[in-house]
Amino acid sequence: MSDLDVLYQQIILDHAKVRTGGDLPESETAAAPVFPGIGQSHQLNPVCGDEITLRVTVEDGKVASVRWNGAGCAISMASASVLSELAEGVVPEELLGLIGNFREVMRSRGKLAGEEEILGDAAAFSGVSRYPARVKCAMLAWVAAEEALRQAVAA
Amino acid sequence: MTLVSARTQRHDPGQHGRPQGVEPLDRASVPVALTDTEVRRIRNDFPILEKEVNGKPLVYLDSGATSQNPVSVLEAEQEFYEQRNAAVHRGAHQLAVDATDAFEDARATVAGFVGATDSELVWTANATAGLNLLAYSFSNASVGHAGAAAERFMLAPGDEVLVTEMEHHANLIPWQELCRRTGATLKFIPIDDDGALRLEEADRLITGRTKVLAFTHVSNVLGSINPVQELTAMAHRVGALVVLDACQSAPHLPLDLKALDVDFAVFSGHKMLGPTGIGALYGRAGLLDAMPPFLTGGSMITTVSMSEAQYLPAPQRFEAGTQAVSQAVAFAAAVNYLGETGMERIHRWEMELGQRLVVGLQAIDGVRVLGPVAGRDRTGLAAFDVAGVHAHDVGQFLDARGIAVRVGHHCAQPLHRRLGLSASTRASTYLYNTTDEIDQLLDAVSNVRGYFGVDASGERR
Ligand SMILES: Cc1ncc(COP(=O)(O)O)c(C=O)c1O
Repeated sequence: MSDLDVLYQQIILDHAKVRTGGDLPESETAAAPVFPGIGQSHQLNPVCGDEITLRVTVEDGKVASVRWNGAGCAISMASASVLSELAEGVVPEELLGLIGNFREVMRSRGKLAGEEEILGDAAAFSGVSRYPARVKCAMLAWVAAEEALRQAVAA
Repeated sequence: MTLVSARTQRHDPGQHGRPQGVEPLDRASVPVALTDTEVRRIRNDFPILEKEVNGKPLVYLDSGATSQNPVSVLEAEQEFYEQRNAAVHRGAHQLAVDATDAFEDARATVAGFVGATDSELVWTANATAGLNLLAYSFSNASVGHAGAAAERFMLAPGDEVLVTEMEHHANLIPWQELCRRTGATLKFIPIDDDGALRLEEADRLITGRTKVLAFTHVSNVLGSINPVQELTAMAHRVGALVVLDACQSAPHLPLDLKALDVDFAVFSGHKMLGPTGIGALYGRAGLLDAMPPFLTGGSMITTVSMSEAQYLPAPQRFEAGTQAVSQAVAFAAAVNYLGETGMERIHRWEMELGQRLVVGLQAIDGVRVLGPVAGRDRTGLAAFDVAGVHAHDVGQFLDARGIAVRVGHHCAQPLHRRLGLSASTRASTYLYNTTDEIDQLLDAVSNVRGYFGVDASGERR
């Protein structure tokens, strides 16, 4: 596999197209909803203009949905898609743990490989950690989810 | 090594000043573009171009962001440190005299390169610093710091500063801030869908209220060349000052600021074969001396008491503190290299490369080139959008082939927004780029959509 293929794993390219959860209408994102169990965060990567507005809904002590609206590179869009799939049905505390784990892998400069049993499809992003300029792209949705989740459980 | 002063070097570029492989021109003949053969020899002067990146020979197409340095520039800086390093404009010892000579000779060389005299050229850290210097000096004038003599630079509510929609943030934000400080209004000349300045709008917007017109000579995104003389004449008719951002013109085409009749201009050394940390602000004779300083401190004063200070005339008035001396010396070596090669020949070569880029890119399905279409004047750069693939991914794909381009908004967010984009990919050339490198880029770009599984309409398959 070429270096480029290690970065752009097929799973990543597929998710960049499917974009699970990426159907939050832009018209709905203008004002963050203020209901208990709902949190929303907007994140921007000023370097390349990648942008995401992500909403987390928590019901019965579990993440019911992660939906988002965004524009950006394949890495950032795929990473949001993977996160949406991974998060559904997970207890908030556990999701925060997964976000922490993902961040650690991303910041490892290629030293840590994400474990598939823990991170699922998100483990495919391990190659990104070797490209410091792209780590922010991969983290964008996860940083948004972290903030939105804290709001959702605090509300 | 014998000690050769920069002045003698300027007249006789000697052993390491002359670019390899470029025949001295017969002045009487019309300069023609460089040739691929000459360019291949010129490349030998640039050590970094021999590098491999990701296992592939480096194809450097990011000179619009920063250029590479020929050996003569690297040697000039080293020679300064080995032979002449000392504080300039102070001290009575021989080294200080040599250092000061080198520094001031460099100023004369760079000034001469853009058709100015040495007293009209202020060293700055880069173009951004030059524009901020102007904006802060005007703002100091506006609160009366230089008295009635600085009336031309005063801004107040009701006055207008005019820029264009295609400006680099460096020629936009300092003016936004100046307007905030003074209460003046910022306006802009819009562009059309092809990225050309709407001159009829310029004519409407330039009025008696216009105090400053600041615009770029060559767009760093579109590659278009703006009609400087026409715009300057319009501004001067209403008594406005003209500030030219020459960042993308000074390195790439013959520039005569006197002939263009602008009042101020800025450019950066690192974009024209020089080192980082050095740039220049040109100010028409008489104007700089009437302006209040921006940064204050040592080296820019005549008399200082505990309560106030008198300032030196320009350019020293604007050069507070220890200057980037070795960088200035190396900057002069850079413009000597460019001058020896011939700016007209470089310009023509890059126009050829620019056309090759546009023609090739336009022929690739799903690729949209920003700015002038093929056949229209453009410098040697092209920014483009690949439908359905983000610029960041395009750049990564190219990097894997050793091709270095810039991705993002290129510090021109309003321009990108106007063109309906948040980012683009930009390939920008210089005198050391070959047609073969352009073809490598084109070949790579034609494979981008296939790799990311996107069809020409941008639909994700
Ligand atoms: C048109 C233009 N203006 C201003 C600048 C700013 O130059 P610098 O960062 O060297 O100050 C650039 C460089 O990116 C440019 O291309």
